[in-house]
Amino acid sequence: MLKKNCTLELDGNREELTVILRGEIDHYTAAWVRSEIDASISELRPKRTVFVLSEIDFMDSSGIGLIMGRYAKMQNIGGTLAVRDPSDRVERIFKLAGLERIIELEKGEKNNEN
Amino acid sequence: MRTNLEKEKNRFSGAVINEMRIKLPSLSVNESVARSVVAAFCAQLDPSACEVADIKCAVSEAVTNCIVHAYKDSVGIIYITVKLCEGRTVRVEIRDRGRGIENVRLARQPLYTTDAENERSGMGFTVMESFCDRVRVNSQCKKGTTVTLYKLLKNRE
Ligand SMILES: Nc1ncnc2c1ncn2[C@@H]1O[C@H](COP(=O)(O)OP(=O)(O)O)[C@@H](O)[C@H]1O
Ligand SMILES: [Mg+2]
Repeated sequence: MLKKNCTLELDGNREELTVILRGEIDHYTAAWVRSEIDASISELRPKRTVFVLSEIDFMDSSGIGLIMGRYAKMQNIGGTLAVRDPSDRVERIFKLAGLERIIELEKGEKNNEN
Repeated sequence: MRTNLEKEKNRFSGAVINEMRIKLPSLSVNESVARSVVAAFCAQLDPSACEVADIKCAVSEAVTNCIVHAYKDSVGIIYITVKLCEGRTVRVEIRDRGRGIENVRLARQPLYTTDAENERSGMGFTVMESFCDRVRVNSQCKKGTTVTLYKLLKNRE
């Protein structure tokens, strides 16, 4: 197994699934986290899934596909999806695709440089 | 009289100061290898953190396209050339000998993808364009594609 520069932490219940991603999201890591997250969503069927992205230090357009795909999955089971604390850079990439118009962006107190 | 196109070309045509060539097989794990190596080579021009992040992201997009589109059902070679030029310009050429792009103008449109089933967003070229100063795409069906990214670095105090 090759080393992945991305880690995934899943924590949830029927109400809310929290997905904490750290490190780098590209096509390689997205393909892996996608299947893990989807298994959790299918099992828990939460009302809401929250992606915590404050510790992402690299993301390309694969991140858009990852969020859009999970958004569609949550819609299918009648739930919602939110993205919490993206860096300005990550937010800029989401906005290129107009994601902020369909997905809830939660911004905490945390400062986001870069 | 000079046309706008010529003027634009001249902005990016400074003499080459240093050059690196790398060859990688089109394995997904090499996406991060490629962007990290290119960023490390560009460090000698002392780019800002933001400029480095721009270059990494654009390179990641172009290299991913070679892996998921050009060599969709096979493993091929990705050729990357990085040129650091006079006038603080970085030129990164990412070339494949894959299946090529039928209609480049269409492919460059935001949200256009031929691979939606694998959750490609169709935003790769849009990301490259928004993080670079110029993006050139040359492609020939069944022969391959060359994407050239141009980044002008700001002067540092
Ligand atoms: N190197 C390449 N070889 C063949 N086709 C490509 C290449 N790069 C891009 N394409 C085509 O252009 C389309 C748009 O690319 P892009 O904007 O990166 O979006 P995405 O990769 O998400 O599909 C791709 O879906 C593909 O059809
Ligand atoms: Mg792409």
